[in-house]
Amino acid sequence: MKRWLPLLAFALLAVVLGIGLTLDPQRLPNMLQDKPLPEFSAASLDGARIVTSAELRGKPMVLNVFASWCPTCVHENPVLLEFAKASDALVVGLAYKDQPEDTRAWLDRFGNPFDLVIQDPDGKIGIDLGITGAPESYFVDRTGVVRDKHVGELTWDSLSDYARKIQ
Amino acid sequence: MIPELGQFALILAVLLATAQWVLGLVGASKSHQRMMAMTQTAAIGQLVFVAISFAMLTQAFVTNDFSVAYVAAHSNSQLPLQYRYSAVWGGHEGSLLLWALVLAIWTAAVVAFSRSLPDRFRARVLGVMGFISLGFLIFILWLSNPFVRHLPAVPDGSDLNPLLQDFGLIIHPPMLYMGYVGFSVAFAFAIAALLDGRVDQNWVRWSRPWTNIAWAFLTVGVALGSWWAYYELGWGGWWFWDPVENASFMPWLVGAALIHSQAVTEKRGSFRNWTLLLAIAAFSLSLLGTFLVRSGVVVSVHAFATDPGRGSYILAFLAVVTGLALALFAWRAPKIEQGPTAQLLSREGLLLMNNVFLVGACVLVFVGTLFPLLVEIPLLQSLVGARKMSIGAPWFTFMFPFFLIPLMILLPFGPLSRWGKEELSTVWLQLRAVLALAVFIAAIAWILRAGMSAWAAGAVLLSSWVALGTVVWFLRRRRMQLRMGGEQYGMMFGHLGLAVFLIGAVLVEALRVQTDVRMQPGDTKTIAEYTFRFVKLDHYEGPNFVSDRAHFEITREGEPLTVLKPEKRRYLVSGQVMTEPGIRPGFTRDLFVSLGEPVDIETQAWAVRLQYKPFIRWVWLGAFMMAIGGVCTTLDRRFRRRVEADEPQQVAPVRPLSEAGALA
Repeated sequence: MKRWLPLLAFALLAVVLGIGLTLDPQRLPNMLQDKPLPEFSAASLDGARIVTSAELRGKPMVLNVFASWCPTCVHENPVLLEFAKASDALVVGLAYKDQPEDTRAWLDRFGNPFDLVIQDPDGKIGIDLGITGAPESYFVDRTGVVRDKHVGELTWDSLSDYARKIQ
Repeated sequence: MIPELGQFALILAVLLATAQWVLGLVGASKSHQRMMAMTQTAAIGQLVFVAISFAMLTQAFVTNDFSVAYVAAHSNSQLPLQYRYSAVWGGHEGSLLLWALVLAIWTAAVVAFSRSLPDRFRARVLGVMGFISLGFLIFILWLSNPFVRHLPAVPDGSDLNPLLQDFGLIIHPPMLYMGYVGFSVAFAFAIAALLDGRVDQNWVRWSRPWTNIAWAFLTVGVALGSWWAYYELGWGGWWFWDPVENASFMPWLVGAALIHSQAVTEKRGSFRNWTLLLAIAAFSLSLLGTFLVRSGVVVSVHAFATDPGRGSYILAFLAVVTGLALALFAWRAPKIEQGPTAQLLSREGLLLMNNVFLVGACVLVFVGTLFPLLVEIPLLQSLVGARKMSIGAPWFTFMFPFFLIPLMILLPFGPLSRWGKEELSTVWLQLRAVLALAVFIAAIAWILRAGMSAWAAGAVLLSSWVALGTVVWFLRRRRMQLRMGGEQYGMMFGHLGLAVFLIGAVLVEALRVQTDVRMQPGDTKTIAEYTFRFVKLDHYEGPNFVSDRAHFEITREGEPLTVLKPEKRRYLVSGQVMTEPGIRPGFTRDLFVSLGEPVDIETQAWAVRLQYKPFIRWVWLGAFMMAIGGVCTTLDRRFRRRVEADEPQQVAPVRPLSEAGALA
């Protein structure tokens, strides 16, 4: 029986790959789609308090992964600034693999669109979220369920589309 | 006319590949001498026609024949000549033609260097390779024809992707393919052995140099890809755990396991089925890599044209090749005589551990790469959904050490152990001093570099342990006046290369200094004792691009060191913008400047990234040393000794420790 195992494993793999072919290659898979945002607790940027994911529920939320080392984030920032003004959704920044002082300097220079910034200096929360890089944005409804995610720079149009999904 | 000739040559190659496949396998099963002899002629003929076809496509690129759709899509009249040559494999169709050409070259090489094999065995090996070649040639003609005309011709082509206009990318794909395709020899060998129903140790000896050289090419290919990403993607990373990178890394890991298990099977006769299975796996993973890259099943930053029709073909081909191979394995494996079983504490036992960790690492990369696909399957979804888990570079970086660390801890024990049976205490006696010295070196490094993390110190410890363990083995062998052949040097370079690689990989992450700053001409910024002065910004025009080029003067404690000229290029035809960093390479550190975005046009201020990257070169130096190891082993004179295939099987004698044999 043992000798058939490699063939069996390969047959399973071939089926999986076959299914994979039928999927839309343009869409980045989002493992958190329609699932609750993973639990986390993180220090706020000023280090004054610990923010938990539980207390972020109740309002639609845009969780934006950014960093001072990320050139595209500079581009994206004006869109978020505009959005934060216009929308009543909670805009939360996750400072991914960044030093607090660098994050603060960056926000001072380019403007701070966030209602709240939390730190993820060693990227632990990033692992739970399955981040591919910065910038990346998660759109979470008021019950704490992830309704969509966007990899890369947000434009005004795409951001508005996403925002509608969490209202 | 020329492209049509190319296509015609390809059709002839298909016929010859069919002949090679059928004559090889049928001739061998009927022991028909003429048929088996014709297999070799067919293989050489196939090389001639695939080479003609490739030359015709190259000709179309060099002469800017934009009536050929593939040329029009991947070249431009402004493209410098050397890139017109490499543009031949700059896209899907041409890169498959390169695949077929490399396979034809390997097949011809097998014909040339297989005099020592029995006719039947050689015919089977060539027959299997003919089948693989046929699969690819039909794929090219049917779904990926590079010779298709686009009439009327477009006035000019849409240019080669600027990312690919680069020296590293000229040689990266051929090296990678030499590796991928090279594993087809080991694969064909495994199939031939299964068809024959036995694994002759002489045949294993014959196949070892092929596996080693293929692995060496693959090592160079993977390292070149990493080097290219470092200086061409512009931001200073050297490995991204991208699906396409992983696709080349998986066969590398299994190939590394295979070269070790082949050595055991050759010398001791153990692990025969395992060696066959690994040989099947190494080439299947090469095919899987091709599938992943070409089908678009897994989303990747590598922007290859993807096409589900092509994906279906490669998947079907993979299913036939690997499926048949594994079915044959399941059917025939019980017939194969297994040789002595191994004690855990013996050289072969330790090599089995090596295989467990290498294959485990491969499974890890495999699961990580296919994870986005796996979670789409409903059954698996509920399974993993319960656990919190996600993939991405951080996940790989976290998981990989679980396999790498035990592998490296055990490594020095292997070469110092005897075949058959070993006492832990005897080997330990020789390695005590190595451990002490390695701890000492790590402590010194820790003191010299205050602020070094425990990880970094641990990496220095592990690398010193492996390197010194290898040196101790070498000195011992010298003292005993035992043979130092290519195989032994190969092992030495391979293991030292692993140590060098680890130093580079961990230290560059642990000790790098990186800052993103706004700078305008006249500004200075100091990181890690190097002062970067932004001198001026000028406009520069290349053959097919325009660029903003900054001049950075770098000084170290007041002493001028170099001037770096990072660029922001815009390629005229495609309009793509590329970041060309300015890099000052060095043995113990690189200095790296790249231009982000212009912040203020008036003052010429730019967002600039300055990086100090210690030991980054060691990453590629280590890989290069491993490749040298593979080449040394390949060149070992022992493998070129003529052998009669039916001489009695031998088992390496269990010698006293003082004479312990060597192993690559």
